[in-house]
Formats: sequence, structure tokens, C-alpha cells
Amino acid sequence: MQTPAPCGYERASSVDGVIATLAERGPSTRIVAGGHSLIPMMKLRLATPEHLIDINDLHELSYIRQEGEEVRIGALARHVDLLRSELLAEHFPVFADAEEVIADPVVRNRGTIGGSLCQADPGEDLSAVCSALKASVVIRGAGGERVVPMHEFHVGPYMTAVGDAEMLTEVRIAIRPGAGSAHEKLERRAGDFAIAATSAAIWINGGTITDAGIALAAVGPFTIEATRAEELLRGKAPSDELFTQAGAICSEDSMPAADGRGPVDYKRHLVGVLTKRALRRATARALQ
Amino acid sequence: MQVTITINGQTVSRDVPPQTLLVHFIRDTPGLTGTHWGCDTSNCGACIVQIDGKAVKSCTQLAAMVDGHEVKTIEGLEVDGVLDPIQEGFHEQHALHCGFCTPGMMMASRSLLDENPDPTDEEIRVAISGGICRCTGYKNIVAAVRWAAEHEAPIKQEV
Repeated sequence: MQTPAPCGYERASSVDGVIATLAERGPSTRIVAGGHSLIPMMKLRLATPEHLIDINDLHELSYIRQEGEEVRIGALARHVDLLRSELLAEHFPVFADAEEVIADPVVRNRGTIGGSLCQADPGEDLSAVCSALKASVVIRGAGGERVVPMHEFHVGPYMTAVGDAEMLTEVRIAIRPGAGSAHEKLERRAGDFAIAATSAAIWINGGTITDAGIALAAVGPFTIEATRAEELLRGKAPSDELFTQAGAICSEDSMPAADGRGPVDYKRHLVGVLTKRALRRATARALQ
Repeated sequence: MQVTITINGQTVSRDVPPQTLLVHFIRDTPGLTGTHWGCDTSNCGACIVQIDGKAVKSCTQLAAMVDGHEVKTIEGLEVDGVLDPIQEGFHEQHALHCGFCTPGMMMASRSLLDENPDPTDEEIRVAISGGICRCTGYKNIVAAVRWAAEHEAPIKQEV
């Protein structure tokens, strides 16, 4: 029988209140939202918070909306909301691709984007999606807000730029013309973490790739941003040959470990294949 | 801490440690042992209940997080001796063998039909993918949900 260790609990009524409590009580206090990463970690004693702040009542953080030339997603938007969002489907179909294969529909009813990003599990899909889209996150602390680009967000395995008395409140993604995006994942069985997964975003103008974003999940100690492959794509015309080269670079730059999901060679091979497929689908969507 | 949850329409209030899991609150306090406590890791789905109408794995929520909300368990499906069409469907289509996964399968299926009264077999398979049946009964479970969908449409029209 697995149960969490004794801990305190309170419900937040405002973001400022959360930050004040975090500042007052110190790093042994954790925020809980969907709870689908933190509670299993608590059961296994991989996390032993002394106090929990439940933010499920902060409905002001449950949104997916357009503001100017950005899509903004509140930290409490749940997986099911991301899966069904027409705004995301229109601009960033990579979200629906990923959400269809994140856990299962029952888990998706509770898990949130803020929780997923802050958990920063290297096998987690949304971190790769947000990295590929070159999103930013808004982190609020006692001194106000700061906006951190995804490439500065992951600072190590399961570690993010969110400080002890801070909270991730929003994800921002710029809407740029000529965008296409896709997520490709292979899993052993329905609802599992990936054996390997690639998120790809591409921006095309006049037959030329103006920008690209590629991020890999489950093939390293953290979400891997494939900057060398992105560099290869910029300024070139999309083609299967180019995507095969990009896949080969991603394969080289991945850092998989052998585990129950497969040996290193197999995972590297998968990265190449999945990257090529993701780029192909992202490009088709960009050119639609 | 005092936690008060409306379970199947009945208010249940109890002083519990804050780390108490919802599945244990449901099973221990009102003694509703129909909700099964299985893998403890959010994988098997035997503990699925509805919170405010949405299917959720009750082993992965603290009872405290559900304070003030409404929970429906497998015991809440039958009303005044009349089985829910999902329950009838499982009976008619032989969709359970050992029965351990059944409460979770039924609650996930109920949530599906509440949102989508005429799902495809593929949509049914996705909806129950958060549950694991070790008697290998998925085929009959899909048939049972299909049966329920087909039989409750006319029932709803009559009402």
C-alpha cells in the first residue's frame, strides 16, 4: 500500500497568496494542481513536502486565449482543455498531437500544463512541445513577473528556472506566419511515457524555411533542444532529404539511456525516424 | 482536517489526515468498497470515480482536494433498483470476468456516454484506455458500452 507521508494542506485563493506562503514556509512547501506527478512521487517518497498548497480553486489560471500576436495558456489549463482547444488546433496542432498520447483520458481530466512543465520529467511530452514552439513561460515571485524562454527553462534533470518562492503562471507562444507543427511519439502501450518522441515546429515563407524548432523527449536526462538540426533547416527549402539529415543530427545529439523501454541504438534510430516524420507533417501543415 | 464530500448525493464528513487519498476516504468512511484500490500508481484505473461529473483516478487525488465537491462512485449508478444502461450492458455482453477492473471501467464508460452518446468503437477504446483488464476482456467491454449507447438513446427520448 502506497500512501503519502504526513503533510500539511491548504487551499490557495490567489496567486499572491501562494507566493506569500511559499516565501514564508520555505522550499519544503510545494504547489499541487492536478497532482498526477506530485502525488505518485509523494507515495514513493521521491518527494516529501511538509506542506501542500492546492491551486485548483485559482480558476483565473484556467484559460487558453489569444492576446495580440500570442496564444497564452494559464498554468491550470488541463490536458483535456489543450486537446480540445480550437485556438491551439488552428495555430499549434502539435498540442493535440501530443495530448492524444499523454497518459489516458482520465488522467488528462486532471493533469495541468503548469504541473507538467514544472515536473520537467525528461520523458514528458509538453516540455518538448513548448520547446519546439519556442514558447516562453511567465514566472511570478514576490518581486513581480519575469518571462523566461523555454531554452532557459530547463536547468537540469527535473529542475527548472522556477525558484523556491516562485510560481509558473502562464505559457506564451508567439503566432508567426507560415507555421506548421507536429508531435511524433512511440510508446510501448496506451498511456505510457514515450520510448522516444519528437516535437517539431517549422515556419515557411516563400518556399524557404525561415525558422525551425525541434525538441526531443525521453532520450536524455532532460528535454533536448536540437539546435544543430534547427540550424541546418534554416534558409533551406523543405525536402525529405533535408529532413533525413535533420533526423540523423537529432539522433546523434540525443542522449538516451538503455532501460525497459529499449536499448540505446534502438532509441537513437527512433529519434531519426520520428524527427523526419514530425518535420514532414509540420511542413505539410505549414503549406496548407 | 475536516473533509466534506458529497458522495452519490449523500454528504460525508470526516476528520482525516491531509494526506488521505480520496480512494481510501470513499472506501473507509461511508464504506463504499465498490471503488477498487488497485495499482496505487494511476495506471490500472480500478479506482476511477467521477468528480463533478469528470472521470478521475481516486488513488491520485487527496480527499482534501475534493472537499466541497461531488463524487459519484459505482454504487451511484443504480437508482431505485434500476441499473444504469452501462451496468445492463456489462451484464448483457459478459463484460466482466473477475470484476476487479469493472467499477473503473463502468465509471469511465459512463463519463464517455455523458459527453458522447454515440461513440465509435475506437472512441470507446480510447475512453477505457485508462483502465487495465487482466482477464483480457476488452472486446466485451467495448461491446457492453456499445450496447449501453444503443439502449439508452431510446430511454432518454422517453424521459
